[in-house]
Amino acid sequence: MGEMMIILLNAILMENLVLKKFLGICPFLGVSKKINSALGMSVAVTLVMLAATAITWPIHTYIFLPNKLQYLRTIAFILIIALFVQLVEIILGKFFPPLHRSLGVFLPLITTNCAILGITILNVDDNLGYLDSIFRALGGGLGFALALIVFSSLRQKLEESNIPKAFKGIPAALIAASFFSLSFAGFSGMVENMFGKA
Amino acid sequence: MSFLKTFTNGLLKGNPVLAMLLGMCPVLAITTTVINGIGMGAATIFVLVCSNTVISSLKSIIPKQIRLPAFIVIIAGFVTICGFLLARYFPDIDKALGVFIPLITVNCIILGRAESFASKNSVAKSALDGLGMGIGFTGALILIGSVREIFGNGSWMGINLFSRDAAVSFLTHPAGAFFVLGIIIAVTNILTKKMSAEKTGCKECPVSDACGKKEES
Repeated sequence: MGEMMIILLNAILMENLVLKKFLGICPFLGVSKKINSALGMSVAVTLVMLAATAITWPIHTYIFLPNKLQYLRTIAFILIIALFVQLVEIILGKFFPPLHRSLGVFLPLITTNCAILGITILNVDDNLGYLDSIFRALGGGLGFALALIVFSSLRQKLEESNIPKAFKGIPAALIAASFFSLSFAGFSGMVENMFGKA
Repeated sequence: MSFLKTFTNGLLKGNPVLAMLLGMCPVLAITTTVINGIGMGAATIFVLVCSNTVISSLKSIIPKQIRLPAFIVIIAGFVTICGFLLARYFPDIDKALGVFIPLITVNCIILGRAESFASKNSVAKSALDGLGMGIGFTGALILIGSVREIFGNGSWMGINLFSRDAAVSFLTHPAGAFFVLGIIIAVTNILTKKMSAEKTGCKECPVSDACGKKEES
């Protein structure tokens, strides 16, 4: 269990998808103006990330690897993610209309979210086991959620403050993200000290 | 739009990074050195020109309802080819760019140009548009890479300029990437007299029409 915790915390804090690996920057900047949208986006991304990893890992390990078809992974993974997102949208719309209303709008955007494709490819590239991959995906999603939600509350303050005109909007948000990322650098080494080296 | 205008649009006025704020992930992630920026730019130009050409020539065959998945598969195909070429001829760059090579597939510049330009214009114009956008993207990568490498590492294209002790190594860290890009976009705003870059949210997303979600702003 300790090992899983290390992978999880590592993915949330030290290898934060948004702030350290630069995956999913578009939603990070685009959907962080209101805290409600940030929440919806985070939940949708975490769920799809988990499911996408759960589906793509066995396909890569049991179909592509034995047949030396690894080069197909980019095409196959993006298709699987697109199909899965479409499927989830249909199921949500049919059986859970309230959930569809709050999450559905974020789903189509997720297909082209590089965090999802990124995590699935990183997992098979690093030769992680199935459980490890799932935990890393969960940590990646939670890390994305943490960054997005904290940042969206920061941005609401930023919108109201008086800053030079040329910096208004995205430039100011990027510089705020810079300090945010710097503060996450403080977590490096923390997990090893808590649980011992992986 | 004339052919020349199609080409130059992507260089400055419609620069995908500095003006439209697209494709931020690779821009932030791989600009620690200029060489990486050039490698990423070249790979993106290749995929962008090829996918724009193919999508434009197939635009009457692809059914409208499934055009986005079709575009993505075409783009992913060229990304795979590009990955093979890089691994064979430039293994160092391939290693340095790592996961960001397969992630060219989901670079919103490419899908955005396919959706908003190549699916509506002639083959020649689409290829030119891809070339212009790709060069504009590469230019932005080289600019950001230069700032980060010169001030963060004291070198340019791997050539030592001054002592590393005088360099601000903060700029080579992830936090420095956000910082440099923020400053550069602000300076672009001043230079182009466009006083604020309020372009975020789904309205500006190139595939917003397709996903039918626009209330977010």
